[in-house]
Amino acid sequence: MTTAESHKNSGIGKDVGVYVCLLVLAAIQFVIAYQDISASQMLVRMLTVAIIEAGLALLFFMHLSENRGLRWFVLIFAVAAILGMQYGWTDSFRLLDGVRWAK
Amino acid sequence: MSQADLSIHGQVSRTSATEIMTAPTFSVAAKKMAMWLFIIADTATFAGCLVAYGFIRNATPDWPRPFHSITNVAVMTLVLLTSSLTMLIGVRSAQAGDKAKAFRWTMITALCGIMFAVLHIKEWMGMIGEGATLFHNPWGTPLFSSLFFSITGLHLLHVTGGVVALFAVGLRYQGGRYNADDLEITGLYWHFVDLVWMFVVPLVYLLNLAH
Repeated sequence: MTTAESHKNSGIGKDVGVYVCLLVLAAIQFVIAYQDISASQMLVRMLTVAIIEAGLALLFFMHLSENRGLRWFVLIFAVAAILGMQYGWTDSFRLLDGVRWAK
Repeated sequence: MSQADLSIHGQVSRTSATEIMTAPTFSVAAKKMAMWLFIIADTATFAGCLVAYGFIRNATPDWPRPFHSITNVAVMTLVLLTSSLTMLIGVRSAQAGDKAKAFRWTMITALCGIMFAVLHIKEWMGMIGEGATLFHNPWGTPLFSSLFFSITGLHLLHVTGGVVALFAVGLRYQGGRYNADDLEITGLYWHFVDLVWMFVVPLVYLLNLAH
């Protein structure tokens, strides 16, 4: 077996390992869906699992683990974009509950 | 530094400047960087849609939970995750110079994408059969159907685009017009589509499961 073939096989072995991890994490999300907990607890648990899944996919399937500079670039932009969209949550609670201090 | 030094080092300085000008950002080729920028922009699009969905869901007291079975969505998830693995095998084969194997696995990935789309449409037809449309929801607020069809439709559009890209790039790779890098860049897009699904499933399907 040549060095290139050996490297390729070990790479595929790692990919299969990550794939199995993703399947297990996806299964955990489905199990959480059947738990008798509140919607907010369920949301937190499912999103935590989804973020771990996304991290694995980014690092290993999309090879961000091999490029430190690009990793930070993607992380900073993605997190900034996602955090920027969180400003409206308090307003959604206001729509649901009314403005408590105005009652 | 004297004029003599400048003339002596002039050649070196010009070479360094050329290297700096042509060195790709983060040591990533320009076309791959372009795909990453597209992925970041698309992340903002999907994040915007999912946050809007969360906002409306949170602000609507009688939000329906119409899903009784998760079998179909579980199979869809399995198919999409598997397609990411087949894409990886295709890309690794291309990088190792095994053209036939790379083409074969790319086509398998595209077929997985088609299977996902068929299952998705089956899911939609089931819901439409129960009376749900973009503007009508038999289980309560019409916002549920609007958001469900919009978000899953946007994702399905990405999958469809990905399948077309996989066929186009795969065939051109087979024909010798594209190389392993092009296949890898298409793979990046495909993994992104998979990554988005990891968030769509819990938010749009699993949180709306009937208990």
